[in-house]
This record gives sequence, structure tokens and C-alpha cells, in this order.
Amino acid sequence: MQKSLNIDPNKCTGCLQCEMACAYELEGSFNPAHSRIKIFHFEEQGRFVPYTCTQCAEAWCLHACPVDAIKMDATTGAKVVDEATCVGCKVCTIACPFGTVNYNQSSGKVIKCDLCGGDPACAKACPTEAITYVDANWTGLDKMREWAAKTDTGTTTAAAKPSAPAGH
Amino acid sequence: MKHVIVGAGPAGVVASGILRKLRAEDEILLIGGEPEPPYSRMAIPYYLIGNVKEEGTYLKTDADHYKKHRIDYLQAQVTKIDPKKKELHLESGKTAGYDKLLLATGAFPIRPPVPGIEDPDITGCWTLADARLIAKRCKKGTKVLQMGAGFIGCIIMEAIAATGVELTIVEMGDRMVPRMMNETCGNLIKRWCEKKGITVHTSTQVTKIEKRKDKKPRYLIHTKDGQQLEADLIIASTGVAPALDYLKGSGVETDGGILINEHMETSVADIYAAGDCAKGRDFSTGGYEVQAIQPTATEHGRIAAQNMAGVQTPHPGSLNMNVLDTVGLISSSFGQWMGVEGGDHAELLDEENFRYLRLEFKDDVLVGAQALGLTQHVGVLRGLIQTETHLGPWKEKLKSDPTQLMSAYLAKAQAQTLP
Ligand SMILES: Cc1cc2nc3c(=O)[nH]c(=O)nc-3n(C[C@H](O)[C@H](O)[C@H](O)COP(=O)(O)OP(=O)(O)OC[C@H]3O[C@@H](n4cnc5c(N)ncnc54)[C@H](O)[C@@H]3O)c2cc1C
Ligand code: SF4
Ligand code: SF4
Repeated sequence: MQKSLNIDPNKCTGCLQCEMACAYELEGSFNPAHSRIKIFHFEEQGRFVPYTCTQCAEAWCLHACPVDAIKMDATTGAKVVDEATCVGCKVCTIACPFGTVNYNQSSGKVIKCDLCGGDPACAKACPTEAITYVDANWTGLDKMREWAAKTDTGTTTAAAKPSAPAGH
Repeated sequence: MKHVIVGAGPAGVVASGILRKLRAEDEILLIGGEPEPPYSRMAIPYYLIGNVKEEGTYLKTDADHYKKHRIDYLQAQVTKIDPKKKELHLESGKTAGYDKLLLATGAFPIRPPVPGIEDPDITGCWTLADARLIAKRCKKGTKVLQMGAGFIGCIIMEAIAATGVELTIVEMGDRMVPRMMNETCGNLIKRWCEKKGITVHTSTQVTKIEKRKDKKPRYLIHTKDGQQLEADLIIASTGVAPALDYLKGSGVETDGGILINEHMETSVADIYAAGDCAKGRDFSTGGYEVQAIQPTATEHGRIAAQNMAGVQTPHPGSLNMNVLDTVGLISSSFGQWMGVEGGDHAELLDEENFRYLRLEFKDDVLVGAQALGLTQHVGVLRGLIQTETHLGPWKEKLKSDPTQLMSAYLAKAQAQTLP
């Protein structure tokens, strides 16, 4: 079974280890600005919410790309940006209804979560198991996908099948 | 069953892929009118600026893609269609039969009726052929005049300016990108361009172009407000119109675009239309219009193909949306960015840093947005609009501080994932 990131905001303490691990894994620096996973802070309630790409089945980003730069990794189901092909047009950044592909002005390309090839650094770095990499059954991300299915514009493959792994 | 697709832009190419997926045994013929393999017009600016070679603009990176998927690709110009015989006429005199036909011929650039504009050396920026010509002509110090600062005009500006030319823009509207940004935002973009050394004239028009034989620069351009501008090269980015000529006498109804229903069917049986040539359904208004943007073209292509393959799929409407990079300043606009009657809005303006965010609400639902300088999580604007998420108390919070956008999104749209 394909695995998926599972996020449990209840367990997140806002330590930002995941952001740093992500930035280091992918950019070689401990600069959270380059992280593909982001922690949002709800100050009033003192809560933290980790947030990243769900590798959703609809893959709006992939379909919107005019030059075929986003491909699906057959093993992990991740939608992966090929930097060499990406021209930096940013259409994927407005197409993804989760807002989880972002433009990086310094490289002129977009960045998104690629599941680190099947061994996500964020999950390894998280000390509280707020982020885990688990068999994809009914993870928090599936619930997000269900929300996004409302954005659906007529895919046959559409929508939230709770048991379907990412990328189908 | 034989599916024929006229037009090998994103709409046609996406449709061919979906048809193959759904109909393994059917014959698929894809016809493109240009000499290059199917490519994306959107990638032209990046070719111009030298970020990618021509191959980098191709819609499929794998050169064997079409062969592998048994999609026959034919480079030909379609001149006529005959629905009675279910036949297409090609410029070569040949014909081709179809069972189901998709019209995805896109649009072509139009020019205002200005004396002197027919000059063959005045170019658009629409095809790879145009781009090659522009790349050849733009040298350091060349005086370039660009007519039009619509969204495509603004995108190509960066590529043209980067070649080191002296660039002047003439735009009829009172600001830049008048059809996707309001005054505040359009004027900020104008100021930004001026800061980058581009001369911008808005609220005026080119009224006459003179070509001088004996003098350089070659062109003398007269404007409505009495200016005389000089240029070595003129680029016309003055809008596009759907390509419909070949439909004369076919019975396919058009009205500034091919008329289609929610299943992407035209007025003639077994003929569908998609992309820039079609008046598709708009998500925000429910009406039918030509959106002429890439995401809509691919959405149309996908849905048309599903219907052609017998998978009845209504089109709920595409969201009009755009993202622009104008010489390094990133802007985006979504849906009813101009607001709706009886609506309400939130606004954040930081002129000094060229940042702007404007959110348009109807009741407590986001229906449109404009953003300047926003590159992180921009897509949530689309998400919130298209899922018609009720913002509840977050609307007031956004009105007092629009930067709370992500929190509002997580709290309302993704509430089910939160404890
Ligand atoms: C420079 C530039 C930048 C752009 N940037 C953006 C952007 O940032 N974001 C965005 O959303 N959109 C952008 N666009 C617009 C986007 O490219 C179009 O919306 C998109 O290409 C539409 O796709 P389409 O398949 O409908 O038509 P097209 O891509 O125009 O393809 C039409 C196809 O039909 C063929 N054809 C036409 N007539 C015939 C005929 N009679 N016989 C045979 N073949 C025919 C053509 O040769 C072509 O292959 C840009 C366009 C340009 C030119
Ligand atoms: S969530 Fe967004 S970035 Fe991730 S696969 Fe889906 S569309 Fe692409
Ligand atoms: S920014 Fe890159 S990956 Fe995204 S749509 Fe454009 S070319 Fe494709």
C-alpha cells in the first residue's frame, strides 16, 4: 500500500524541526523559508498546524503545467516538479486549491513536497509524531482531499475515495 | 470510432491523452496548424528570455509521446468542415473523416485599425515563429514599442526588457492589465515598470504608424494625446480573437467564440469545442464566455474528451484566474476580482513595497481576489472561491487584517482536519 503523510495538529508543539529538516533535505540550509511544510500558529488558541501538499489525486498542479514539468512518482504517488523542465510560469501555484505549490523567486522555479522519495525528512524530524508517514487509509490528508473534491471540475478519477491511496 | 481533434495546443493535446486513456481501441487524429511539435504558447516568454530552448516549450517532454499513445499527429491547416459527410477539408486538398470531432483551434492575435499597422515587420507575440523573430531583432539598445499591456503584454514585457532593449509601452486603458486588476493594482504595476526603466504611456492609443526609409529608427508612431514616439521594432499585443474562419458554412454556431453547452457540445451533433476558441461556462457567473487562459483550456480539453468518450461529464464552469510576473513583480487575480453588487471587501495596500491584497466577498463567501507580491499559498484563493467556503466570523477578521488569509483558510476550509 502506498504511504501518505499523516498530520495530527493536536500533537504539534510548534518546534519547527520539520521545517528545518525539510529545508535542509532539499536546499541544504536550515532556512525554514525554503521548507515545503509550514507550521501555522493560531495565536489566540495557542495552537500549531503543520501544513503541506496532500499529493492529491486530482493533481491540479500537474494538469495545469504547460510544459509537463510535474510528474507522478510511480512508487510514492508524489507529484514531483522536475526543476530542469519547469519554466517558472507559476500557473500551478494558482491551480492548486490547497496553495501548496509555491514560487521561489531566487531560483525562478516552483517548489512543493516530493515526499523525499519515500522517506520524508519532516516525519523523521518530528519529535511528537504530529507528522508520521503511514499506510494511507483515512489520514487527515484524506479529509483535506475530500474538501478539495468540491473544487472538482469534472474529473472521472475524482474525489475522496477514503481507501484510495494518493495519486490514483 | 475515430476521434479527430483540430488544434494541437493545450486543449487539444490534453483531450487526446484523456481520449486514449478512456478509449483504448479508438483511432485518434490530432491536427496542428503550426510546423513545430505541439507546444505551449505560455512558455514563449521563457524561450524569449533564454531560460529554455524551443524544445522546452513543447507540451510533452517525451518526443515519442504521441506515437507511444497511438495518437496520430498531422501537421495541416483545416480549411472547412462538412458535418453532413463528417469530413474535414485540409489546405492540401485532402480530406479526413471523423466520428467525433473536437474543435480546439485556439485564438489568433488581432490588431486595431491603425494606419500603417499592416506592415509585415510589425509582429505579434503569439507563436514560436513570432518569438524567433523577436529574439533576432531585440538587441541591446534597440528601441522597441509594445502596443498593449494586457495580461499577455505584461508577461512578455519582462522577456523583452531582459534583452537590453529600450522599451516603451502604449496602453489604451488607464492602467496596466485593466481587465484583471483594479486601478490601485494596475497603477502599482505601472509604477513598478517605470522603476525598472520601461516607459509606460497609459490612457492613450497609437493612431498612426509611419515607416521611414531614410531614417533610423524606422518607425515614427503617433499617439492620440499628440506624442511622437520612435521605434526600431513594434510588437503588437493588442488582444486575440477565436479562430473560427474554417467554420463558415458548417452550421456550427458562433458568437465571438464557438457556442457550447455544459457538455462541451456545439450546435452540430458529434462536434465539440474546447479552449480559447470556445465560449465555455464561467464558474463565477454561470454564463458562457471566452476566458482565453491555459488552465481553462486544459479543463475544457479534459471534459470535452470525457464526453466524447461517452463518459457524460457536465462542466460546472472554469474559474477565471491569472498569475503574472511583470519584470519581477508577481500579481494574480481570481474570479470576480472587481467585486459584486451588494458585496463587501477587504483590502491591504503597501505602496512602498508593492504589496496589495484585495478580497471580494458575497455574504461570507470569497468570490474574487487580487494580489500583488504574494507568492506563498496563492492557490488557497482559488480553493476558497471554488469551494464556496463560508468564512463565518473569519470574514470580519480578514476585513481588519487580510494577511490572516492562511489562518482563515485553515480554520474554515480545513476545519475538519483540525482538532
Ligand atoms: C506569450 C503568451 C503568454 C501566455 N501566458 C499565459 C499565462 O501566463 N497564463 C495563462 O493562463 N495563459 C497564458 N497564455 C494564453 C494561453 O497560452 C492560451 O490560453 C492557450 O494556449 C489556449 O490553448 P488552446 O489549446 O485553446 O489554443 P492554442 O494554444 O492557441 O492552440 C491552438 C492550436 O490550433 C491550431 N489551429 C488553429 N487553427 C487551425 C486550423 N484551421 N487548422 C489546424 N490547426 C489549427 C494552432 O496551430 C494550434 O496548434 C499566453 C499566451 C501567449 C501567446
Ligand atoms: S495538493 Fe496541490 S501541490 Fe499537492 S498534488 Fe494536489 S494540486 Fe499538486
Ligand atoms: S511553474 Fe513550473 S511546474 Fe508550475 S506550471 Fe509552470 S512550468 Fe509547470
